[in-house]
Amino acid sequence: MIDKFREDVLSVLGAVPSGASLAVGGFGSSGRPDTLLDALCDLDRRELHLIVNNVGSDFTGVGRMLAEGRIRRLTASFPVLPEFYDEYFAGKVQLELIPQGTLAERLRAGGSGIPAFYTPSGAGTMLSDGTFPLGHAADGAVTDRMPERETREFGGRQHVLEYGIVADFGLVRAYQGDRKGNLRFRLSARNFNPLVGMSGRRVFAEVQHLLETDELQPDDIHLPGVFVDDVVLASGTAPKQPTIARSLP
Amino acid sequence: MTDTIGTQSGTTGAVRGLSREGIAERLARDLRDGFVVNLGVGIPLLIPRFIPAGAEVILHAENGVLGLGPAPPPGREDPDLTDAGKQPATLVSGAAIVDSAMSFAIVRGGHLDVSVLGALQVSAHGDLANWYVPGKNPAVGGAMDLVAGAREVWVVMEHIDRAGRPKIVEDCTFPLTGRRVVTRLYTDLAVFHLIDGRLRLTECAPGVPPEAIRERTAAPYTEDLGPGCRPA
Repeated sequence: MIDKFREDVLSVLGAVPSGASLAVGGFGSSGRPDTLLDALCDLDRRELHLIVNNVGSDFTGVGRMLAEGRIRRLTASFPVLPEFYDEYFAGKVQLELIPQGTLAERLRAGGSGIPAFYTPSGAGTMLSDGTFPLGHAADGAVTDRMPERETREFGGRQHVLEYGIVADFGLVRAYQGDRKGNLRFRLSARNFNPLVGMSGRRVFAEVQHLLETDELQPDDIHLPGVFVDDVVLASGTAPKQPTIARSLP
Repeated sequence: MTDTIGTQSGTTGAVRGLSREGIAERLARDLRDGFVVNLGVGIPLLIPRFIPAGAEVILHAENGVLGLGPAPPPGREDPDLTDAGKQPATLVSGAAIVDSAMSFAIVRGGHLDVSVLGALQVSAHGDLANWYVPGKNPAVGGAMDLVAGAREVWVVMEHIDRAGRPKIVEDCTFPLTGRRVVTRLYTDLAVFHLIDGRLRLTECAPGVPPEAIRERTAAPYTEDLGPGCRPA
């Protein structure tokens, strides 16, 4: 009998080791799985590679991970938080900057058994020609650059080869989830969540409402439970202000 | 409402062009009933209030909204409904929600009629630079997908920058968002169309002489102006 409901978020997320790659849903704070992100902070996981569209605008969620120095690399389209860039230019975190549509499709492709695809997005720009700085030394010197993309012409236009992303873990937030792991999202909080659910080898979902099997109609399921391993109840309270473990420059 | 543009040296001296609202209003007149449109940040966000009555324009937001409405009144914000700038949003009747992959399938697949964006620079051949000022904090969002995929890319911007330098240039010096992607350009002084990779001036803002545009444009272009564009 399949029952993916889990009582204790900390014991479930104990499966995530430091150094893991994590695809994370959300667009800003909308649809972002803060219960799961907070649990990883409380478990003191470090050296994480986060694949998430943006950091957000404050020190909650992904911002808390940044403030506590837990991120080794960020794969994102729109980091935003100024303190993130301080860390990036100081060589404390790497940035793989990806056009937003390419990021979404790379997650979808990785979860769909598509190793790579061609897209016109980013062709002829710094994000495909091998010049964008991936990492810096402490003095700000560039130490690594994003790899140059293979290119190919289709219909007279240049396209770049982008790889599917298979993350070690996926962190999803949904509106409703049932015992079988079937998920339903609400409004624009859906955003990257279904794709993150596809990309992760093991996927944790925090849901605002736990439903019994068959309460969600088959036609109303946005992400079927086949993609989801563990379902926990999202904490109802807004994330509290984190303690800043490491002073930001 | 008008702004005084330009302390740049030139025989025409200072000219009064359109305000930011004026540029938005001018562009909105070209939006047709049934268009699906994505609006970037800055001047593009001023456009919705000027969409002509009787024209139903579906607004797309990168985070998966088709049928974006105006901001909600205070107290009616829903954390599960935001626009691409992460601000609280509403939906219009007939709206649809999709995930981020389908949102960009709409963008890249040619299902957007127009993407409207701001710019740092536009080149003589329609190259666009609008995502990154070297030395500042890089962030791209959906800009590269939007310019690569929308059927038309309309740029709205001030004709010259704050230092008085032309933003329409022979070749962009800022990092590119896309090559040969711009199809129209609306500024405080003029409207240009990109035809076969070449700039064509099609309209001057009211009271702006074509010579003033020439002095403030650092790229070659041809003129295809109606009689109303000549100073009285």
